Amino acid sequence: MLARLDTRSRAAAQGWSDLAIRNAFIIPTIAFLIIFNVFPLIYSLGYSFTDFRASVSEPARFVGLRNYRELLSDPNVWRNFTVTAKYVIVSVTGQVVVGFGLAMLLNRTFPMKGFVTTLLLLPMMMSMAVVGLFWKLLYDPSWGPINYALGLGSFDWLSNPNHALYAVAITDIWMWAPFVMLLSLAGLSAVPQHLYEAAAIDRASGWYSFTRITLPLVAPILLIAIIFRTMEAFKTFDLAYIMSGQPTTETISIRLYKMAFQEWQTGRSSALAYIVLIVVVAITNIYVKYLNKVKER
Amino acid sequence: MAMVASPGKRIRNRLAIAAVLVVTLIFLAPIYWIGSTAFKPRDQATSVPPTVFFTPETTAFVKLFTKRVQLRQPVEPETYAAAPWWEQRIFDGGERVLRVKGEVQLSAYPSRFMNSLIVAITSTVLAVGMGTLTAYGFSRFRVPAENDWLFFILSTRMLPPVVVAIPMFLMYRAIGLTDSHLGLIILYTAFNLSFSVWLMKGFMDEIPKEYEEAALVDGYTRMQAFWKIVLPEAVTGIAATAVFCFIIAWNEYAFALIMTNRRAQTAPPFIPAQVGSGLTDWTTIAAGTFLFLLPVAIFTFALRHHLLRGVTFGAIRK
Repeated sequence: MLARLDTRSRAAAQGWSDLAIRNAFIIPTIAFLIIFNVFPLIYSLGYSFTDFRASVSEPARFVGLRNYRELLSDPNVWRNFTVTAKYVIVSVTGQVVVGFGLAMLLNRTFPMKGFVTTLLLLPMMMSMAVVGLFWKLLYDPSWGPINYALGLGSFDWLSNPNHALYAVAITDIWMWAPFVMLLSLAGLSAVPQHLYEAAAIDRASGWYSFTRITLPLVAPILLIAIIFRTMEAFKTFDLAYIMSGQPTTETISIRLYKMAFQEWQTGRSSALAYIVLIVVVAITNIYVKYLNKVKER
Repeated sequence: MAMVASPGKRIRNRLAIAAVLVVTLIFLAPIYWIGSTAFKPRDQATSVPPTVFFTPETTAFVKLFTKRVQLRQPVEPETYAAAPWWEQRIFDGGERVLRVKGEVQLSAYPSRFMNSLIVAITSTVLAVGMGTLTAYGFSRFRVPAENDWLFFILSTRMLPPVVVAIPMFLMYRAIGLTDSHLGLIILYTAFNLSFSVWLMKGFMDEIPKEYEEAALVDGYTRMQAFWKIVLPEAVTGIAATAVFCFIIAWNEYAFALIMTNRRAQTAPPFIPAQVGSGLTDWTTIAAGTFLFLLPVAIFTFALRHHLLRGVTFGAIRK
């Protein structure tokens, strides 16, 4: 009894206060993120007002807002944004249609359902760069299995500038439709069965119960999937960069990469990075708002 | 009230399941193509019509791991007979294994694979370790402006890699961290840290506070309660978070492309760089890709109950 009391008081004496534990647990993470994310961004904000080039040893010259002004009036940069927007629309729409369709099909019980669902989720877990490389092989006009399977002859997927964006988007849909499927499935399985039964008693059509019961109840979670995929598609780099060198697939991230690490326009690319950053932060804000809304339910 | 399924409904059900199976096969076809190309004879990898059925062979894997040179003249029958099986496969292809002082020279692939392992594992340990502590902090204590901090943490995850890479590249160049393991580890840890905080917070919130309170009453300090009560309860969550972080770091391409070129280069930028102009040996590339994708495929099955939570940063649970 005495021994136990003893350990207790010693433990209490050695124990950290709650406040100390909280700070010791949280502050290193915040500090790490500030040092390796916020600080570099402040650094590049400074560079965005200069004509600095990392490839030459000349010191940076302050040029004020010139980088921003020139970027925003550069038709090529606007073309990059247009390409990105088109890519976002095509691939996110495709992902929602395929993903939600698959979720509707999967939303029933059948043997090995869990196994089949996991198989369908495999593409999204894999490296976009490496798998994208193999889609180049699949798309090959002369011996690619896709043209053979679809009987398309020597249809040119990637080297034709008019098709390349769609070809990359199809690969993106293949990778990420399962993501939309996974979220939709969670939404669908939460729809109470008795609503459908009530609708059936009222002799409501399948379309009616789909638009009046299924869609409204799945909408919030579907919206999360859409916003998240929009953000990721907006940032897209790996897939389009690996699969195609066409100007028609040069998304804003690819432009940024080339400007910074091939043309070495460090100052100007920092400015473009900030323009991109503003868009990303805006989408993130919307995303988190909806995430919290769904969480509260 | 249980509904008796009408015949029409039953048929529709069957059709839906049949459709699911067809779509699953279509979705798996590209992955099958990667896997099968790795085991194909080289001339069947790019044949017309595409080869679906073939006798599998392991030549591509032998080639993947070795440095080879073209044979000038056919190899002597005695040398061929004396060579181990894997070297005979190389001879069959009209090449020989490069040896320096009798030592077989390895290709770059094994070192790139090791780099991927080192960087992914180290950054995962750091991100999950720090993330678990931080998640506990946010889950159990009053933090001023809690939601703002959590948003800040998440927003760092959303930054496009190329945007972060520009200043990081300049900083790394100044302190000599380009093309180093440490450089990539720091970037991946930062990238995964926010993810691990959010995911772990979801898991921590699910552990009843009463467990610790009971421990505190029993004379544990808060720290002991955390180590002895909370952490063991959180093991599943920690494992799931770790596997997710590993996969993210394992697959990452943009940072690795920008920050490394030889010494610390990981597999994702290395594999596509092998596709040069001229004749590409897709079987060897497929073999490398196959080994690279294998851990992810296995982990996906191990994670199957946590996938939804993982892709939504812990916000949606099943």
